[in-house]
Amino acid sequence: MTEISESVGHFKGLYADAEDRLPGARVAWVAKRRQAAMSRFAELGLPAPRDEEWKYTSLKPIEKRAFALPEAGDHGVTAADVAPFVFEEPAAHRLVFVDGAYRPDLSQAAELPAGVTAMPLSEALAEGSETLSHHLGRYADPEGTPFVALNTALMSDGVFLHVPAGVSMAAPVHLLFMASTEADERLMSYRNVLVAEEGASATVLESYVGLGEGAYLTNAVTEAVAPAGADLTVYKLQEEAETAYHIAAFEAYQGGASQVAHHNISLGARLARNDVGDALDAEGAHVTLNGLYLGDGRQHVDNHTRIDHLQANATSSEYYKGILDGRARGVFNGKVVVQPQAQGTDSDQQNRNLLLSRNAEVDPKPELEIFADDVSCTHGATIGQLDDNALFFLQTRGMSFAEARSLLIFGFANEIIERIAVEPVRARLEERLLHRLPHTEAMED
Amino acid sequence: MLSIKNLHASVEDSEILKGIDLEVGDGEVHAIMGPNGSGKSTLAGVLAGRDGYTIGEGSVTFDGQDLLAMEPQQRSCEGLFLAFQYPVEIPGVSNIYLLKSAVNAVRKYRGEEELDAMDLVSFIKEKMKLTNMDDKLLYRSVNEGFSGGEKKRNEMLQMAVLEPKLAILDETDSGLDIDALKIVADAVNRLRDANRSFILITHYQRLLDYIVPDQVHVLYNGQIAKSGDASLPQELEKTGYAWLTGADQAGAEAVQGQ
Repeated sequence: MTEISESVGHFKGLYADAEDRLPGARVAWVAKRRQAAMSRFAELGLPAPRDEEWKYTSLKPIEKRAFALPEAGDHGVTAADVAPFVFEEPAAHRLVFVDGAYRPDLSQAAELPAGVTAMPLSEALAEGSETLSHHLGRYADPEGTPFVALNTALMSDGVFLHVPAGVSMAAPVHLLFMASTEADERLMSYRNVLVAEEGASATVLESYVGLGEGAYLTNAVTEAVAPAGADLTVYKLQEEAETAYHIAAFEAYQGGASQVAHHNISLGARLARNDVGDALDAEGAHVTLNGLYLGDGRQHVDNHTRIDHLQANATSSEYYKGILDGRARGVFNGKVVVQPQAQGTDSDQQNRNLLLSRNAEVDPKPELEIFADDVSCTHGATIGQLDDNALFFLQTRGMSFAEARSLLIFGFANEIIERIAVEPVRARLEERLLHRLPHTEAMED
Repeated sequence: MLSIKNLHASVEDSEILKGIDLEVGDGEVHAIMGPNGSGKSTLAGVLAGRDGYTIGEGSVTFDGQDLLAMEPQQRSCEGLFLAFQYPVEIPGVSNIYLLKSAVNAVRKYRGEEELDAMDLVSFIKEKMKLTNMDDKLLYRSVNEGFSGGEKKRNEMLQMAVLEPKLAILDETDSGLDIDALKIVADAVNRLRDANRSFILITHYQRLLDYIVPDQVHVLYNGQIAKSGDASLPQELEKTGYAWLTGADQAGAEAVQGQ
């Protein structure tokens, strides 16, 4: 208990010190929301183990540390550091952030369709954008969970994307969040607000990259709205330093016949927690949640997803896969709530886990709450090991045991990668994945 | 090519192969028949190097080398191929990727230059003509959602691209309709030459209506109970395996199959 209040006190202190220089400090609505969120965070405190939502994930390592907000400066990050993480094709609209702040010198604007806004959140906050004011905190409730509250109080940057009605963005927006080698014991609070108007479409790629070995904390929130006929795809690739803590929330809200797809790839961080939520609030809306989490060593990766079927005849499909090696621990909690009026709901959730070591562990938990009677809701969760017969089969086709093992692991993961529609993004993820898997050098070419 | 001498093998504590002697010469096709539980699949597994068997007495030499001392991938690279009774599905790994990896693994082992992507694809497509397989299946995950016939064609395609010295077909004919059976038979007949040998393991004689073997062996209770030429299956069709067990000749249909 004392530890919790100590950490709350610490974060309150951080906020009090930075309040005047956080983006939008001079904009009344921004300041007011930050304050309200900070008060809410102070009430809630960090989640405790007794909190059912945090049953398997201990925040002790975060409570123990006195995170500071990053100082201004270039933190030694140059274009050469960015190069390995960018896409050449198609020309993405790239916004780069280093240790919590937007870096125009590392970013690259693409030609955007008329009327599209894709600007750093810090600028939108400073301008006091009315559209932003309307949407910020509407989908990710600033008073909902401790980390969203903390993020709302301390958000320093991210993207504000606004796509007007009927506009389709060809090039993806690439958000590259980099933690420098100076990020140790720093707290980065990124907030992304993705607003598609009716019939608009956009693709956003969020990558989180750690350049050093620091024990930093990223607390990121992305909120998105896809009203009638809108189509929004978000790829999140998390490659934080293996000493880092990564806490992220994605909250989307959907209208009639809209499409949202969220692909959540978690490779890095000592502790990673993703809360992915989607509300289907009109007929014909569809959400796809795909996830892939890799853990090795002592990594801990926790994915909590929640799909709310609020209206009739909406559909959801969810496919999360985990690969755990070493002493890694995985958590998957997939909640699907079907409200009484949501007749004709069609929902499928699958979670498959591959354990590569005796000491790896995973806790899969599907959670269905169905209050309507005319629905089709299926779910499945499996934990397995590599198939001996398949290993033997590949050996009889000339591969060594190590090659066969890697190929099977890759195949397991690739089922999620294959669902990525943007070719360069898929290729990049494939390459990252191969890089991350044991004994896969041979497959990279 | 292959010389099996007094081979004994057990699974856990139970002996399955109880002294097999078999000589397969270059370019010969041998059929091994026998009732369920006679040890046919164990023999295939032992030859290909599957885990879980304890080899007792006996030896197997393959082209003069000690086969049993080799890892499964080494046996494959040395030219031994096993077509699986139940082809394995590998979600997330495309068929073309598997074939490329297999071809290059073998080339690398043999000290040949690995083929680049373009050459590999044309090499594989050339071999596909042999099995009449739909191009689309190359880009699907290995055997995932394939019909029984497509899976067997895929095994035959793997055999064709690996160009083995000795191919063992472990009940490749089981569960196949007559058209698929002809495809398997056709692939074997077209790959059959003066140097390449085959061991066809089958419960039924119908595969042998399409592939004429040089020798036929009946395996029973872990031993070769009878050997003969291509006329042996016809004989078995009349008598069944009952003569082996000493029971009545009621089992004729067991050999004829469906």
